[in-house]
Amino acid sequence: MAERGVLGLFSDVESAANAGTALREAGIEFEVLSGSPYPEGAFSEHTPPHRLYVFPFLGALCGFSVAILLTAGTQLAYPLVTGGKPVLSIPPMAIITYEGTMLGAILFTVLGVVFESRLPRPIVGLYDKRITEGWIGLLVVGEEGLLGPAERILRQHGAVEVKRG
Amino acid sequence: MQERKDLSDSQINRDLLWPVLSTPLWFWGLLLGLGGVVAVAGGAVGWWMNRGPGVAGINRPIMWELLIITFVFWVGISHAGVMLSAILRLTQAEWRRPMVRAAEVLTVFSLATAAMFPLFHSGRPWRTMYWVFPYDFSRGIWPNVRSPLVWDPSAIFTYLTGSALFVLITLLPDLAVLRDRTTGIPHKIYSILSLGWRGTPRQWKLQTLAGILLSALILPVFVSVHSIVSWDFGMAISVEGWHTTVFAPYFVIGAVHSGVAAVVTMMAVMRWLFRWEDYIRAEHFDAIGRLLIVVALAWFFFFALEFIFSLYLREPQEVAMRQLQVFEWPFNMLFILFILTAFFIPVPLWLFRKVRRNVALMFWTSILVNIGMWLERFLIIVPGLARKQAFTFDWSAYRPSPIEMLIVIGSFALVCLGLLVFSKIFPLVPVNEAKEGQVLKADIQVGKRKVPAIVREH
Repeated sequence: MAERGVLGLFSDVESAANAGTALREAGIEFEVLSGSPYPEGAFSEHTPPHRLYVFPFLGALCGFSVAILLTAGTQLAYPLVTGGKPVLSIPPMAIITYEGTMLGAILFTVLGVVFESRLPRPIVGLYDKRITEGWIGLLVVGEEGLLGPAERILRQHGAVEVKRG
Repeated sequence: MQERKDLSDSQINRDLLWPVLSTPLWFWGLLLGLGGVVAVAGGAVGWWMNRGPGVAGINRPIMWELLIITFVFWVGISHAGVMLSAILRLTQAEWRRPMVRAAEVLTVFSLATAAMFPLFHSGRPWRTMYWVFPYDFSRGIWPNVRSPLVWDPSAIFTYLTGSALFVLITLLPDLAVLRDRTTGIPHKIYSILSLGWRGTPRQWKLQTLAGILLSALILPVFVSVHSIVSWDFGMAISVEGWHTTVFAPYFVIGAVHSGVAAVVTMMAVMRWLFRWEDYIRAEHFDAIGRLLIVVALAWFFFFALEFIFSLYLREPQEVAMRQLQVFEWPFNMLFILFILTAFFIPVPLWLFRKVRRNVALMFWTSILVNIGMWLERFLIIVPGLARKQAFTFDWSAYRPSPIEMLIVIGSFALVCLGLLVFSKIFPLVPVNEAKEGQVLKADIQVGKRKVPAIVREH
């Protein structure tokens, strides 16, 4: 379902930042769309917290477990006693377990980045191609009653174009 | 960076995306040329598969040939890529911006190429299924996890997967730029690939964090991969010259040396081919040249240590192997060539700022380093194996066959082809990094000078 919203497009950072501050002061939540990263809070935007740091730990735990199962299981399934030493040989197990742990952590980190970025997003929604040309978009999503005042603020603060969707 | 030009976002898009959005004539020429070489090498591989490894110049006891030498070489090249990118990302070095993606992509293609060599070398690649992947459950046969030949695939698989994902995740914002600049089928493909990226502050923040987190995770993997490659040799304790205790760090630093040099080669080629003088500037070559001096000195230290350790005990076998490696024809000629090209010619040159800022000189010195580093692997593997047996009638000479040489040449063409095709589909210099560099650029006045003040976000 397409979101109901209003997108203000700004050709310069200053106007976008002023509009962001005004929206904030009016108690209207908004999202910033930009073609390059800006320092956090540059547009008075609110960025909800993320849990990315949990993902590598979970991944590492999974990878470690699978690697231990694989290396121990392999040696126990075909026990080959060499020189009277224990069947489970720790040094090679440590090597493969290390690689498994790191692989798990990397895979989960990537999944975490995608998940926490709220991707994939099948419908991009209100958007403008000029955003990747350096324009800044301020997007307000909500009920019709909220969109009117939001559009007014965006226009007042120098939005070059305002899109409704 | 003090030499950065003021560029608008649309100018950056135009400059960095033109290789993707338009196709110059030279692209087709290069594609055909490289494709032809790869096809010939593919024929050589087919011949090898059909006739068996006897078509190589292997001769007992030298059973590891150019394919294994080149395998180690490409694993080495693959190291610099992600290592360089990871270190520069973690330290938030400003000069990382134009080179991180090229370095990461070089890692992926060189590692994928390297991984093919042990399979070809086996002569019957399909049989590797029985000893590595997948496990042959039905016959109750399991791979021996105590063998370095099983550690190796596990490390390379982890590194290849990690590096490829690293490239993909950092590509997302640039895929969105391409989505916005294309129409028709390419637009649909880039729309799917960009996953609906819009560039919200949260997405940008997670991109930065992904770069840092993945760098921190991949760096230790990178160290482990070449350590494990060195153990392919180090665990063969009957071979002289293969088992000094510094072998793992010696291999790792050697890989960094050759890999960083390969990144320099690639930067020069990208600057020339794509006319990216505003992005890959003399100051970048200067910075990476300084890094190369440090890496080369560290590599030389380990190289000297490896020699000293092996000679210290004065074991007759080890001394004889070193004599073969350094004083006997043709290894003596190769040894001189190796040490000159890997260290004594490039490093003194890099000490001069004018050389470091000269793109052509940096290109040629980086090529020299990689000639030297390929020879280093040759001189570790062949003389060592030549004296593997105690009995003189088992000592043998090794002469590479044309089939092996074709496969090796084909591997260089394959990596170049991969990079060329990548540059046609994705931007080789991260567009968002170039834009961020412009956003975070500000000048401050100090007395009568204006100097850049780089703002960083943690």
